[in-house]
Amino acid sequence: MVTVPDVPLGRPRKGFAAWFRRSEAAQGLALMSPTLLVLLIGIAVPLVILITMGFWTREGFGFDTTPTLDNYARIGAEPIFVTFLARSFMVSGIATLVTILLCYPMAYYVAFHVHRNKMLWIVLMTLPFWTSYLLRVFAWRVVLGYEGVVNSAFLSLGWIEAPLEFLLYSQTAVIITLTHAWAAFAILPLYVSLEKIDKSLLEAATDLGDGPVRRFLRITLPLSMPGVVAAFFLIFIPTTGDFITPALLGGPDGMMIGNLIQLQFGPVNNWPMGAALSIVLMLWIGALGLVFLFLTRLAKRRLA
Amino acid sequence: MKSGTYIKRPNRALQIYACVFLFVLYLPVLFIPLFSFNDSIYVRFPMQGLTTRWYVDLWSRDTVWAALGNSVTVGIWVSVISTGLGVVAARAITRYRIPGQSAILTFALLPLIVPGIIFGVALLVLLSRLGIPLSLYTVGLGHLIICLPFAIATLLPRFEGFERSLDEASADLGENGWWTFWRVTFPMVAPGILASLLLTFTISFDEFIMTFFLSGTDTTLPIYIWSQLRFPQQFPVVLAMSSVILALSFVMVFVALWIGRMGVAREYADDPQ
Repeated sequence: MVTVPDVPLGRPRKGFAAWFRRSEAAQGLALMSPTLLVLLIGIAVPLVILITMGFWTREGFGFDTTPTLDNYARIGAEPIFVTFLARSFMVSGIATLVTILLCYPMAYYVAFHVHRNKMLWIVLMTLPFWTSYLLRVFAWRVVLGYEGVVNSAFLSLGWIEAPLEFLLYSQTAVIITLTHAWAAFAILPLYVSLEKIDKSLLEAATDLGDGPVRRFLRITLPLSMPGVVAAFFLIFIPTTGDFITPALLGGPDGMMIGNLIQLQFGPVNNWPMGAALSIVLMLWIGALGLVFLFLTRLAKRRLA
Repeated sequence: MKSGTYIKRPNRALQIYACVFLFVLYLPVLFIPLFSFNDSIYVRFPMQGLTTRWYVDLWSRDTVWAALGNSVTVGIWVSVISTGLGVVAARAITRYRIPGQSAILTFALLPLIVPGIIFGVALLVLLSRLGIPLSLYTVGLGHLIICLPFAIATLLPRFEGFERSLDEASADLGENGWWTFWRVTFPMVAPGILASLLLTFTISFDEFIMTFFLSGTDTTLPIYIWSQLRFPQQFPVVLAMSSVILALSFVMVFVALWIGRMGVAREYADDPQ
């Protein structure tokens, strides 16, 4: 007796080819595989090796690969590391808050008061962000320098007798520069959350007798909080690890954790220590990310 | 119209604030081209007079031309490869249901948030453990990691708006996968691809931190600028060089944003709903 194979019309497909044709996931992953490979080589593998190296110690010009927690113990014990970490968080924290405070009215203006050419305003506000970060920081060196724009202008106007030394090479200089350089990261999320607000809520508040200030405090501000939170994390996380701004404008008092990491990989030549410091920075970022997720979940539940 | 009026009423204070904000946003950057024409090695007011000699000096420097050549070479390769990888990733994410899709996407967008210094030192450690010498290739790999999230973020919205039925129609009419992509998908996403190429080139051209850790003896323009910042007498030439780079970046980004928008605008014109 001959059994009729249970094959549909057309060319019979068997095994891998048939499975591959049917599985969306397999086709999708196959299409994505080059990108995934680059991400694996460029991000995942290096991070694993960095974590491993954090447990090594320096030995002469080489490494002692016995895993220890010595680097982390030193980071916790020696004041220089604690100072740098605390300063990084403080400087970038202040810069983030100032950026959000200054950008909020701007985003508010474009969201509520610009009706024509909104796109033009958004492009205008974000265009500088696309230019070289190094050059934007460098520009502030020109402005704040010992013989820079501000000092020479004030001197020639006779407002000051000698150049203001605190302008360059200070934490203030770092904060000013970070605020300027990261403005786009505050404006966009703030604008998006303000734009989403249902205008009829504002009309309802007015009809029910709220003045502009109460209306802002009770409706606009709470509803725009997701944007504020997003802006906070979008600026705070990257600026904590910034290297260029403190290196160009910070001076000895303005050095941050990024500079310390660079020193370990450069002049100090203690790579395991640099790796451990990078991991501490990563853990800090991870912790912040978790707080962010928690806050957004909370906000979503409260809005729902 | 009464209901809308108080919101539409122009707010004088906010208007002034917005103008001051934009002014301050652009002002510091504008001092760079201004002082690049100053006839003195010191950056200070009052200016000493106008000169173009810093640009002439710049023009005659072989090291500048070499660094520019390196920057452009790396930029072209990185923009082409990252846009290509972005296209396949965006296509895969929008066309297929992949398990762990959002996790993969988050992973790919990580370099947007995590400080570049971490990826820089991590790649440096990997390369040195593998015994790979630092060169423009390692710089390119670093740039690729930074550019990929921008490519994906630029391309995803284009692919998301894409009608799947068009693909199916093309398949039904007898086109195979490649021809469908080339004749149906590609023309629709072309503005996104062009915008992604321009943006990733600009980012690679301006990238500093990855290059700082991953470059060998051949340097790119930002690293050259960094190395010249130590010498005060080089300051005006650095200003001239920076002005040229700023002008190029502004033009490229403006064109990229314009092209990106043009595609979207045209779609709305075709489909008024």
